[in-house]
Amino acid sequence: MNKPAVADATPGKAGQIGIRVRDLALRFHRHVIFENLSFDIEPGQFVALLGSSGVGKSSLLKIIAGLQSPSAGSVTATDGGPVPGRIAYMGQQDLLYPWLTLRQNVTLGARLRGEKPDLDWADHLIERVGLTKRRDALPMMLSGGMRQRAAIARTLYERKQIVLMDEPFSALDAITRASVQDLAAELLADATALLITHDPMEACRLGKVLLVLSGGPAKLDAPMVIPGAIPRHQDEPHVVAAQAALLRRFQELQS
Amino acid sequence: MKSSNLSRLRGLLIFVGLIAIWWAVTALSGIPKFMLPSPASVAQAIWVQRAMLTHHTLVTLSEIVLGLGFGLAFGAVLALAMILSKTLQSWLMPVIVVSQSIPVFAMAPLLVLWFGFGMASKVVMAVLIIFFPVVAAFYDGLRRTDKGWLDLARTMGATPYAEMRHVRLIAALPAFGSGLRVAAAVAPIGAVIGEWVGASAGLGFMMLNANARMQTDTAFAALFILALVAVLLWQGVDLFLKRILYWVPDSSAN
Repeated sequence: MNKPAVADATPGKAGQIGIRVRDLALRFHRHVIFENLSFDIEPGQFVALLGSSGVGKSSLLKIIAGLQSPSAGSVTATDGGPVPGRIAYMGQQDLLYPWLTLRQNVTLGARLRGEKPDLDWADHLIERVGLTKRRDALPMMLSGGMRQRAAIARTLYERKQIVLMDEPFSALDAITRASVQDLAAELLADATALLITHDPMEACRLGKVLLVLSGGPAKLDAPMVIPGAIPRHQDEPHVVAAQAALLRRFQELQS
Repeated sequence: MKSSNLSRLRGLLIFVGLIAIWWAVTALSGIPKFMLPSPASVAQAIWVQRAMLTHHTLVTLSEIVLGLGFGLAFGAVLALAMILSKTLQSWLMPVIVVSQSIPVFAMAPLLVLWFGFGMASKVVMAVLIIFFPVVAAFYDGLRRTDKGWLDLARTMGATPYAEMRHVRLIAALPAFGSGLRVAAAVAPIGAVIGEWVGASAGLGFMMLNANARMQTDTAFAALFILALVAVLLWQGVDLFLKRILYWVPDSSAN
């Protein structure tokens, strides 16, 4: 009857927006993390941002998300509007609230905004991440992979055009990580996504465009575009070549 | 289910064992009755004086419960106020810390002078020793909310009020719980010390009176009831905390 359009898990192509980062700088006192950082994320693109730890990846993501203020520069949407409020965020852990059931966690946004939760939408998403049987379980009853799948459902529940991810899969074991990555790539196929990672394999399997942030103050290399549909298999020649190139680049940076 | 039955059985065995040792000491050592009465004579005292014991128990219990209630409320409000206002925090924290350097028991005579021989002075006494562990634990819990949970809430458009109501308060409940546990353990001490200094009713008053008249069995009876009240209070608090902290792995595992 009055059912929501549950068929498409992500916003349609018409509603896509990208991100424009211009002359961004972050300084703590006299210590410069990065300066004059400019790049674009096209609408609907899956961008992976790589860099060693401490280079300022997470800070960059938090600035884009509006959780932290930059020292200078701007972040806008490609349609000229603001970015905060139009993003869904996945942090370094699953960030499920331990006192809420899986389903309550998926509808967390509604709870926090004082809205009535859209349970049909939530149940549909829980089904898509394969957790229908565990719908009423507390997070502590779930495995690491299940928790991360629940976090994906919670991210999709928000129906936001942009998804920002800060190493969301880093705590998972290799096998679970691969399957959760595939699921995320499939469900986020139409969204604009920025994934921060330190794992070249993850970047090469999921990213349409790869950005490497390195040095101090940190700078971006020229973006690397990897052809082929996402998620890519680890054996694909493009993935192997890109991964080799990335490793070479990181070794150069080390020496 | 099984393990809770086992722990109940263990509690009963400890209780019976302690009574047996007590009985053996009185029966075999020849300590005079006015120094250490036997379990039987204490049981008899409890039965004979049941009306009086009930009356004084209710007085002491009211003091404990009121002290706990006001102490918790006072402590929680202080912790919240300090979280909401940095200025208030920087002025209040030193005062709270200094207040704890004054031994509260040493203030008991003053409290009786100011608040009288009735229940008020005992309640104030209990509040004074209860609020500190509550403030310390709850404030700490409110301050240490997982940064990731807060970031997530903010990206979801949570107002500061919603963030407090749905994230920080709930995330601080385990810390509040440990404050409450300490408070429940010290509340009876506060009430009884207050009664020793000056009172017209309560188990502490009854003990002091009985002691002065060498009615050691009555003093023991009052002490026994007091211990029972303390244990039941502790159990009640424990049960309550297990219920509200169902999501904390440790408290639901048992």
